[in-house]
Amino acid sequence: MRVYHFTEQPYYPAWNDHQGSLRINLPNERCDPKTAGDLYHRWYDEWLVADDLGLDIMLNEHHQTATCMSSTVIVGLSILARETKKARLLVLGYPLGHRPDPLRCAEELSTIDVISRGRLDMGFIKGVPYEFPASNQNPVAVMDRFWEAHDFIIKAMTHRGENFNWEGEYFHYRQVNIWPRPVQQPHPPIWSTTGNRSQARLLGEKGYVMATLGSGYATRPLQDAYRAGYFAKRGVHAPADRFGYLGLVAVADNEAEARRRGDLVAGYLRSSAIVHVPFRNPPGFLAVEDYARMLKGQSPPRTFTKDGRAIDMYKGSVQDLIDAGVLFCGTPDQVYEQIVAFCEYCGGMGNLLMMGHAGFLTHEDTVDNLTLFGKEVLPRLKAWKQPVAEVAAA
Amino acid sequence: MSVTADAATSLVVNGTTLETIERGRGRPILFLHPSNGIDAGAPVLDRLAQGGRVIAPSHPGFGASQLPKGMTTIDDVSYFYLDLLEQLDLRDVLVVGVGIGGWIAAEIAVKSTERLSQLVLGNPVGLKFGDRETRDIVDIWSVTPDEFNALAYHDPNVGKRDYKSLPDAEALAAARNREATARFGWSPYMHNPKLKHRLHRICIPTLILWGTADRILSESYGRSYAAAIAGAKFEPIERAGHFPHVEQPEEFARRALAFADTPAARARRA
Repeated sequence: MRVYHFTEQPYYPAWNDHQGSLRINLPNERCDPKTAGDLYHRWYDEWLVADDLGLDIMLNEHHQTATCMSSTVIVGLSILARETKKARLLVLGYPLGHRPDPLRCAEELSTIDVISRGRLDMGFIKGVPYEFPASNQNPVAVMDRFWEAHDFIIKAMTHRGENFNWEGEYFHYRQVNIWPRPVQQPHPPIWSTTGNRSQARLLGEKGYVMATLGSGYATRPLQDAYRAGYFAKRGVHAPADRFGYLGLVAVADNEAEARRRGDLVAGYLRSSAIVHVPFRNPPGFLAVEDYARMLKGQSPPRTFTKDGRAIDMYKGSVQDLIDAGVLFCGTPDQVYEQIVAFCEYCGGMGNLLMMGHAGFLTHEDTVDNLTLFGKEVLPRLKAWKQPVAEVAAA
Repeated sequence: MSVTADAATSLVVNGTTLETIERGRGRPILFLHPSNGIDAGAPVLDRLAQGGRVIAPSHPGFGASQLPKGMTTIDDVSYFYLDLLEQLDLRDVLVVGVGIGGWIAAEIAVKSTERLSQLVLGNPVGLKFGDRETRDIVDIWSVTPDEFNALAYHDPNVGKRDYKSLPDAEALAAARNREATARFGWSPYMHNPKLKHRLHRICIPTLILWGTADRILSESYGRSYAAAIAGAKFEPIERAGHFPHVEQPEEFARRALAFADTPAARARRA
């Protein structure tokens, strides 16, 4: 099993004073650039600790928000490509739906792969709904644009020989020949995320790593859809390393301290949904049938505990979040057991995307969290043999 | 095309099926709806039908109308409507468009007025007059439904809809209306930068009807629109906002039909 340390790189000093929106329209005068600089250095220091502990690293990107200062993830990847030695560098996600220029994407990611000497994992996503007003890309038909950008990037990374031409529905290039090309062959591993089964099946057919966030004990149906697609194309069952899951992690020497940390880490969830209401669901982002259901106020719960109780991920207590597999929290023994139980439920889940820092968790607590996890949980997880769930007979 | 009293019927243009409402007899009146679609029970349709044969399609991608592959702009939509006029062999057509429908009407008219007699544009979008840092049109995707109603209507209660109790088909139509509006109007936002430079091609009598309570658009926007089309008249309609055909259907239809019947317009038709 691999475990990737992740923080959203939040500008948490602005969290306690907002007018109902931490994203898109929180005025940037609320961000002190000096404080921001201190925070960036802190996140990179913590990722270096993770690298030393044998953890891998995940970064992401958001825009115009106090929840995540990584507005251009290529900067963080660039720094860590040079400063880390062993960790794989996963970008999840790289929001193709907000990108006007996939040629630039192919060039940036190839360069990161080369500088890191082949440690890049490319997590392509369409992007979050509320950032379309920021990127100004049209939310309508975003998945069509996503797949054309994806196809182009793969072609640009794998093409050899004479310059090639691209005159697609959304993107046009006349002389494509990227330098450098990636060092991982034929291209860095591709990851993506989804919350719906038809997309999960498609990712399975392609064999990409599929990650989910906050899906807790409702993850298995998505993974089984993936498994069906994977098996249909290959005739073998999808191994555990095809699945990723983003879970919040809070470890401490004793349970009370772990729960205190867990509550701070859950600040990520509690801040995440604070967005100016009209930006939450731009037209076209959801399939039109889902958009119609949303208009009617029908938004079924998506996070469940092991015994089927629906919880509100954004407001749930520490115990709720533990029960739902959203937060792994406790002593090293408890956290190991919670993660193993979750992976067994999944039928094999080989990549834990560990939110080891969030919100107001201090640097010292974060380092202690990572260190305890790296020394007392990670070796046992690596030694543990993942199951490989088979596709249910049709 | 079959015609019934109230329900929408189907009309196929270039292999694309449109839901269409048709009312009345006589000279053709093409009604082009705004972003929130057209309701078969809208009083304005019956009132307009006193002056001719009203044809009110849901635009491609709106309501229950299909969306042809590759259609991404209002420019595309206007060519589609030229095909519709040709297919139905409509002549001497009064085109009445509101909001985004007014934009479509202007885009049709800059391409060909051969089959048209007059244009009536109710609070149309489609043009940009302000500088690059001044938004002429309120960003409808940055306001709440209540804020939208307060900006768009003289009486905000008129705009209220109880989505929770909507039948599924109507909720789907409302979702498709919103999606289609974003498809065509997301960026450049609710206008075609080319259109302003093509307006000189409109050579038929044009009337801008303006719901004066509209705060999605300003009245100066409406007056600039009229000034940009040679000879266009501007007439305010009181106690109406962005959708004057909804808030003042009687007055809206009366003015549109009266304009179509003025001596200058009649001369053109003869």
